[in-house]
Amino acid sequence: MTGVRLAKPWLDLDEAVIAALPGQLGVYEIADAKGATLELGFAGGRSRFGLRSAIAEAAAKHQAAARFRYEVTMQYWSRFEELLAVYLADHGELPPGNADRGDRRVGRIAATGG
Amino acid sequence: MDFELSPEQKLILETVRRFVREEIEPLEADLDPDASELPPHHRERLVAMTKELGFYGLDIPEEYGGPGIDLVTRTLMAFEMAQHRAGLYAPCYGVFGGAGLAQLYEADDGQKERYLYPVLRGEKRGFFALTEPSGGSDPARAIRTTAVRDGDDWILDGEKTFISGADKADFGIVFARTDPELGRKGITCFLVDTDMPGFRVRRIVHTLRSTHYAAELEFNRVRVPGRNVLGEVNQGFAIANDRLSRNRIPYAAGCVGVALKAQEMAIAYAKTRKTFGDYLSTRQAVQWMIVDNEIDLRTARALTLEAAARADAGKPFRTEAAICKLVASEGASRVVDRAMQIHGGYGMTKDLPLERWYRELRIRRVGEGPNEIQRLIVARDVIGGSFH
Ligand SMILES: Cc1cc2nc3c(=O)[nH]c(=O)nc-3n(C[C@H](O)[C@H](O)[C@H](O)COP(=O)(O)OP(=O)(O)OC[C@H]3O[C@@H](n4cnc5c(N)ncnc54)[C@H](O)[C@@H]3O)c2cc1C
Repeated sequence: MTGVRLAKPWLDLDEAVIAALPGQLGVYEIADAKGATLELGFAGGRSRFGLRSAIAEAAAKHQAAARFRYEVTMQYWSRFEELLAVYLADHGELPPGNADRGDRRVGRIAATGG
Repeated sequence: MDFELSPEQKLILETVRRFVREEIEPLEADLDPDASELPPHHRERLVAMTKELGFYGLDIPEEYGGPGIDLVTRTLMAFEMAQHRAGLYAPCYGVFGGAGLAQLYEADDGQKERYLYPVLRGEKRGFFALTEPSGGSDPARAIRTTAVRDGDDWILDGEKTFISGADKADFGIVFARTDPELGRKGITCFLVDTDMPGFRVRRIVHTLRSTHYAAELEFNRVRVPGRNVLGEVNQGFAIANDRLSRNRIPYAAGCVGVALKAQEMAIAYAKTRKTFGDYLSTRQAVQWMIVDNEIDLRTARALTLEAAARADAGKPFRTEAAICKLVASEGASRVVDRAMQIHGGYGMTKDLPLERWYRELRIRRVGEGPNEIQRLIVARDVIGGSFH
């Protein structure tokens, strides 16, 4: 069983780091310099260059964006929903970049354990 | 069996077909290839259209406000409704409305007020929790979740796994052992609210099906009031079995639907793609793939309609439902596989819906009772006896 949290190392949001990212599909988290999450997202089947383009586009939306982490996964949709649910359980609200979900529900996952 | 369509059925099917091709398919060009939800404004617009057409809540029994369309016609409609990318697990993205969990129609009046009607109004969502880490094929023996009486209440302890939609649900239909001595006659069905203390969604179980995912659940001394027993104490297994048999017909119809679309795509592609100076459709190897598809399709379609016709006629249909579920899920998997082969490299890409159907159809051979269990049901019925 894998942990439910995104336990990957943080990387600096700089052009060279982004250019070296894989073109694979997966999920990511963008944060400010203090580590506060700005957005959780996924590089899905329509992304042009997978995580590389999806992270670059998401980072451009947040002025305070300073770092990010990611996980390569083909199950990007269910993994993204899981990360949202865990974040909601931990913080009681969604990250600012995910706040607008319309009437789409976020799942409820117990926020204990990895 | 005569499946000549009546003029009314023809009209209904033409309407549904046009709806799928003109309203649903174009939206998919902008959605993520694994999406199973529409943006809210499109959803509202399309729900209004299906209501206007008189097709909303198709599977809701007439006495609860459904349109009262027979199962054969609904099966024919289901063949059409599945013919798009998300069509296997989210036919038309749910804009034809759901019927809720079948067991809720067996509930008492108070339970219907608290669960069935809110589900039909779209205010509540439920899940169905039978499978446990100890096994899903043989739940009568595998269920280890226990429910012990405490005054008027029951205390539930245990785990469930692979439970679809549980993380976003308001309540669940949960099967627990109430008498360890009685085997299948010692299982009771409970309505468990997800905000009851001790209920926990532990994690999502990531599978080939990325949307409509399943979850792992924990019940730690969950106190469930006696009024939340669905049906009779120790009679839960019959409730589970009844739902599983009935569900196998629409389950099969979804498989047939995506396979019909895959075949249509395979034929169109074979007629336009040239190699070695001529169309793929002129090559016997490709023709035979298309012929084998047609045989799989017609077999699955006929057997699914036969099961539906027996259910409509009030005849026993357990064997027919088992046969159509296994023939349709296996046949459709082969059809989509061949269609991918005919499309070559493009068949493997997320540009086309084939790869999604290929992944999701694989689950159809395990879900709603694995195909080995369908064979076991048929064997019991045709040979007799109660072996396993
Ligand atoms: C994506 C997904 C969603 C699901 N959603 C739900 C849900 O919402 N609710 C729910 O309750 N369950 C759900 N399930 C569980 C599903 O119903 C079970 O996986 C299924 O019943 C099989 O149980 P098991 O996985 O424990 O396999 P097991 O019971 O351990 O069986 C393993 C294999 O052995 C085979 N086998 C078993 N007995 C025999 C035999 N006598 N002869 C020959 N072969 C045999 C089976 O066919 C199977 O292939 C879901 C599963 C998936 C993958």
